[in-house]
Amino acid sequence: MKNNKIKILTWPYLFWAVAFIVIPLLMIFYYGLTDRSGAFTFENIAAIATAEHAKALWLSLGLSLIATVICLLLGYPLASILAHLNSKTNVILFIFILPMWMNFLLRTLAWQTLLEKTGVINTILSLIGLPTINIINTGGAIVLGMVYNFLPFMVLPLYNSITKIDDDVINAARDLGADRFQTFMRVILPLTVPGIISGITMVFVPSLTSFVISTILGGSKILLIGNVIEEQFTHTGNWQLGSGLSIVLMLFIIINMICSAIFDKDSEGGVL
Amino acid sequence: MNNKLIDLQHITKSFDGDLVLDDLDLYIRENEFLTLLGPSGCGKTTTLRIIGGFTTPDKGCVLFNGEDITNLPPNKRQLNTVFQKYALFTHMTIEDNIAFGLKIKGKTDKYIKDKIDYALNLVNLKGYGKRMPDSLSGGQQQRIAIARAIVNEPKVLLLDEPLGALDLKLRQDMQYELIRLKKDLGITFIYVTHDQEEALTMSDTIVVMNQGYIQQIGSPEDIYNEPENAFVADFIGDSNIIDAVFIHDELVSILGANFPCVDTGFGNNKPVDVVIRPEDVVLTVPEKGIITGKVTDLIFKGVHYEMSVMACGFEWLVHSTTMFPVGAEVGINVDPFNIQIMNKPASEDEEAISIEE
Amino acid sequence: MKTIKKIYLTLILIFLYAPILTLIVLSFNSSKTRAKWGGFSIKWYGSLFKNEDIMQALYTTLLIALLSSLIATIIGLAACIGLRHFNKTSKSIVIGVTNIPMLNADIVTGISLMLLFLSMGLKFGFGTILLSHITFNIPYVILSIMPRMNKLNVHTYEAALDLGANPLYAFFKVVLPDLMPGILSGFLLAFTMSLDDFIITHFTKGAGIDTLSTKIYTEVKKGIKPEMYALSTIIFIAVLILLLLINKPSKDDKDNKQVQVIATI
Repeated sequence: MKNNKIKILTWPYLFWAVAFIVIPLLMIFYYGLTDRSGAFTFENIAAIATAEHAKALWLSLGLSLIATVICLLLGYPLASILAHLNSKTNVILFIFILPMWMNFLLRTLAWQTLLEKTGVINTILSLIGLPTINIINTGGAIVLGMVYNFLPFMVLPLYNSITKIDDDVINAARDLGADRFQTFMRVILPLTVPGIISGITMVFVPSLTSFVISTILGGSKILLIGNVIEEQFTHTGNWQLGSGLSIVLMLFIIINMICSAIFDKDSEGGVL
Repeated sequence: MNNKLIDLQHITKSFDGDLVLDDLDLYIRENEFLTLLGPSGCGKTTTLRIIGGFTTPDKGCVLFNGEDITNLPPNKRQLNTVFQKYALFTHMTIEDNIAFGLKIKGKTDKYIKDKIDYALNLVNLKGYGKRMPDSLSGGQQQRIAIARAIVNEPKVLLLDEPLGALDLKLRQDMQYELIRLKKDLGITFIYVTHDQEEALTMSDTIVVMNQGYIQQIGSPEDIYNEPENAFVADFIGDSNIIDAVFIHDELVSILGANFPCVDTGFGNNKPVDVVIRPEDVVLTVPEKGIITGKVTDLIFKGVHYEMSVMACGFEWLVHSTTMFPVGAEVGINVDPFNIQIMNKPASEDEEAISIEE
Repeated sequence: MKTIKKIYLTLILIFLYAPILTLIVLSFNSSKTRAKWGGFSIKWYGSLFKNEDIMQALYTTLLIALLSSLIATIIGLAACIGLRHFNKTSKSIVIGVTNIPMLNADIVTGISLMLLFLSMGLKFGFGTILLSHITFNIPYVILSIMPRMNKLNVHTYEAALDLGANPLYAFFKVVLPDLMPGILSGFLLAFTMSLDDFIITHFTKGAGIDTLSTKIYTEVKKGIKPEMYALSTIIFIAVLILLLLINKPSKDDKDNKQVQVIATI
């Protein structure tokens, strides 16, 4: 009918997407692949191999991987318990999501107060005569900050995929002779793979690229790849290097997405 | 045929304070096709889930071959369920769905393969083994759900409104299919439905339930022809349920007119309910009727006409192959054999189970 | 089993709420350093409202959140309506591009916009923050509206036309109400995302302007002012009340939807 007229409605967004999503992304590639004089170079990307940058990258990958695994291990039972609360589910779910609405920086800052050498936790520990813990300004504190901030991103997709499973599907497995463990391994786990995958992505990507958590909880000694890139833009002013390292970072994000796409497909094919 | 395979004794169950089953006693014989029939919320599905092991009764016990299985988990019971919405494992192929129970039991690959072929053959879905459940139609998924259950050679197959999601034609086909399966397999079927026609077509025994109580147990013929109370009469087919007075043996006063009947032993001058099926109401010319009335409504239904007749302040539902136009004066006769006399509900319990519109 | 679950839930709850509780306690601490407890006091609540820097940052944050989510909702809604009539290929390309800011790291989105604004010679400030926030908000709006759009029953619109409505009237009376839950959750999501954003604002704000997030970040380095704890307590209570109000009518429905929307990110 008048489809063409209606299509015009999309144009402002198309313009916006090109101007503020596509072009800026291309600019990163432009800066990342040129030197200060504008000549083509791979130097900015190769810079990841220098000891300082490689160390930051490995550290980021390691810490975010640990944080993701911890989130999965903590989040799966949590999501499962929440999904099976029947009557007051919404209220309890609400309680678990509420902290997400607190400002991200303030939440992280509060952990600094809790973890400090003379902080709340250590004060309590020494009061009851236990040895104090000393994890502030270590990788451990950063992992804790990541888990704290991104745990809901793991729980929500898991919660959704668990609630989607029809109770009778679980009953059917039991009916056909599977015990609780077999039911979990053969039916519940495979059916929640999409939730697990999207949970992993949603925790891993922000963990890998974070620079705020490491700044607040890691002190100035621990540099993650996010900190290195941020410095290039806010202090050093070396946009070319920052863009080059960003391209490397995006590479890892893309690898993560390809992995999840492959896993997701497998689950549909029924590997178990 | 006569030994009790499953015996439910004094089963009581409530959810959140709502009493769903109250002191229910029921046994199922071996090789029987038993149907639990009733409106939604009558407790029929809860009864089935208690037999399947998905719900534990608050009181009472479940005996299987004389053995108490009340607290046995579902995976340890020798019965299998076909669920209402099939509950197929969407992440597995049809084959893997059917093989699920057999793999758990550690059967050999050869055995499993043979069983899958046998089951797919049985449900007329040969060659569908490699497909995913989502690619099948509702009727096909239903057959797979049945196949998945029967390969485990259960002693009893529980079916929870398995045809509810299918359209009418498919439902009728599946009814015949189920009867055939039952004959081929020679196992006990316990079937839950709210569809009286389904129940009448397939069952050996029908258990009519309402509000947690069993209203009547009997063969389809018994249930239809001799309903024990107004609820059963109303729930199974159309019927005229009329207040009446039992004058003495073999005579009942309906709407002030005396009708001869065949029942005895209801006392003298005692209020009762009578049930008269619409097809048993005989319309004739006014002079020949025991009572007279006027046709108020007429619908052609194919095999018969459905008419409403206003007589003595009661609107009679009549099915007849002879047509009387709207406004015609008619006489009403009923064969004494077709008048079913029922006691009025006496106790409070029975009051609670009378018809809810 | 039940007890294990309860203990587990309780431990997670302690983990989730310990920092928030800490902030609230600190806001009543009369001592200026957070290291020691100087007695109960509400003086920081008083000085908070006299602190012009914080008040200005709060104002900027709210204004940016409101404007950016409003503009994003309008552009996003229009885009969704038009997209219905695109063919499959161009539609998936558009959706693909829309997904980029959500899948990409915030830091990359932030620096890419920074590079763009620099090369355009724009003056960094309120305008650049607003442009950035609209950019990362539109995808949330589109992804909230799109599922409802796809489920939209075309026949209701046709029925309205059949009953004599003109297309515009039919759209506002029939289609829009159907989309409303998606539009609302998209708007709310965009609003919260804007409120909570730090990283992208950090790269696109320039000197002399601050949102609450960037303000906190600067203070983290220089030493945080106790007024900030008071503010965060107020925000927490406000959000709590707001969410309770939103969730009150038709509790199950909205709460679930909210969760689903967030979970689809």
